Amino acid sequence: MRTAAAHPGSSPDAAAARGGGHADDALFACPICDALHRAAEPPPGGRLRCRRCGEVLMTNRPSAMDRTLAGAFASIVMMAGAVFFPFLEMSILGIERRVSVVDAALAFSASSLLAPLAVAVGLLIIVIPLIRGGALVYTVLPMRLGLPAAPGAREAFRLATRLKPWSMAEIFIIGVVVALVKIAGMASIHLGPAFWAMACLVLLVVLEGTSICEWSLWQTLDRKRRR
Amino acid sequence: MVAMADARPQAPALTARAAGLAGCRACGLVSQRGTPSCPRCGGALHSREPQSLQRVWAWLLVGLICYVPANLLPMMITSAAGKTYRSNILGGVIDLVHHGALGVAAVVFVASIVIPVSKFGVIAMLAISVQRRSRIPVHARIHLYHAVEFIGRWSMVDVFVVAILAALVRMGFFASIDPGPAAIFFALSVAFTMISAQAMDPRLIWDSASDADHD
Repeated sequence: MRTAAAHPGSSPDAAAARGGGHADDALFACPICDALHRAAEPPPGGRLRCRRCGEVLMTNRPSAMDRTLAGAFASIVMMAGAVFFPFLEMSILGIERRVSVVDAALAFSASSLLAPLAVAVGLLIIVIPLIRGGALVYTVLPMRLGLPAAPGAREAFRLATRLKPWSMAEIFIIGVVVALVKIAGMASIHLGPAFWAMACLVLLVVLEGTSICEWSLWQTLDRKRRR
Repeated sequence: MVAMADARPQAPALTARAAGLAGCRACGLVSQRGTPSCPRCGGALHSREPQSLQRVWAWLLVGLICYVPANLLPMMITSAAGKTYRSNILGGVIDLVHHGALGVAAVVFVASIVIPVSKFGVIAMLAISVQRRSRIPVHARIHLYHAVEFIGRWSMVDVFVVAILAALVRMGFFASIDPGPAAIFFALSVAFTMISAQAMDPRLIWDSASDADHD
């Protein structure tokens, strides 16, 4: 179900008067095309699109907050599993090798030229997804429990939003699949528990990403903070 | 209630800037122009990102520079039974084709060559279209902007493939795979182009479209 956002009157003076002095809670601008809209709650299960460019501005999914929390918690637990258990076991000519996610990051640490890449890969596939999950829990959990916002909750949620493109666990999973096909001919491969943990993580990240409505989260956070 | 499935520019919409306001890109809240930071989310507030295009071009250029050694230097050094074989990105794709793994060859080819090259082209086109007041339909340009933002990070898959193979295949004399120097240049190129795409303020694309209408 799609609905157009309410549009304020086309008189600039009227809009300016409404914005007067400080931020106006009822007005917001499309981040893509800058069109002004008056905030309106979308119907349950529906979403609000920008009148000018069609960008989805707000969603109203039942239990979006619970889903976000569940996704963030689960991704932290899954990631812990993925780090401590081997995700691949391989044997060539009777020689066995077990590899964990950490080993994959450390693969670049052997040469001094590539050592920075070992750090970067560790950040992209382990540290950043964990920080992002932690920041989401830190922001959303107090809100869900009806408590006042945690100190620094704004910064934490902003961090989670900014880190989103740099959290690459799901891309790593595709990398595992490609790597497996590349060596499928010369070795027998066994997928360890951490592979399935990472694969579940990918699904969770995708689900969590679609359920959150950033506008209403910011609005709730703002009200809690002012109280 | 109006269905917006085929939204096209109708009557010129009132923008936050025209109303003397500035919209926050992170949370959407509008404030008076000149407010230094968003009162709701605390992020820096600009009606339009300052020096957006300069930053886009600068990051794109370093990304492009890194992409050259990423393709020329070896990405992966394979040694088996005393023989050493160095392969660059394109060589790796060709090897996969020879092994008959066409599907995976296609994934690697698209992720390492098609996506980065078209990304350079699309970002440059978007930046030029803002500077030159292009007549390319604004909806097409915004679709490309979204596509570049969404797809750019997937190029990193090739770096992960090398990391996994190098961690896995360490059988000493029998077989071992080591990462080549191209890996770091490729990773840098992907990161720089991601930053370049993020530096693009899409509101400038819309500005250039509505200015063209007034000509």
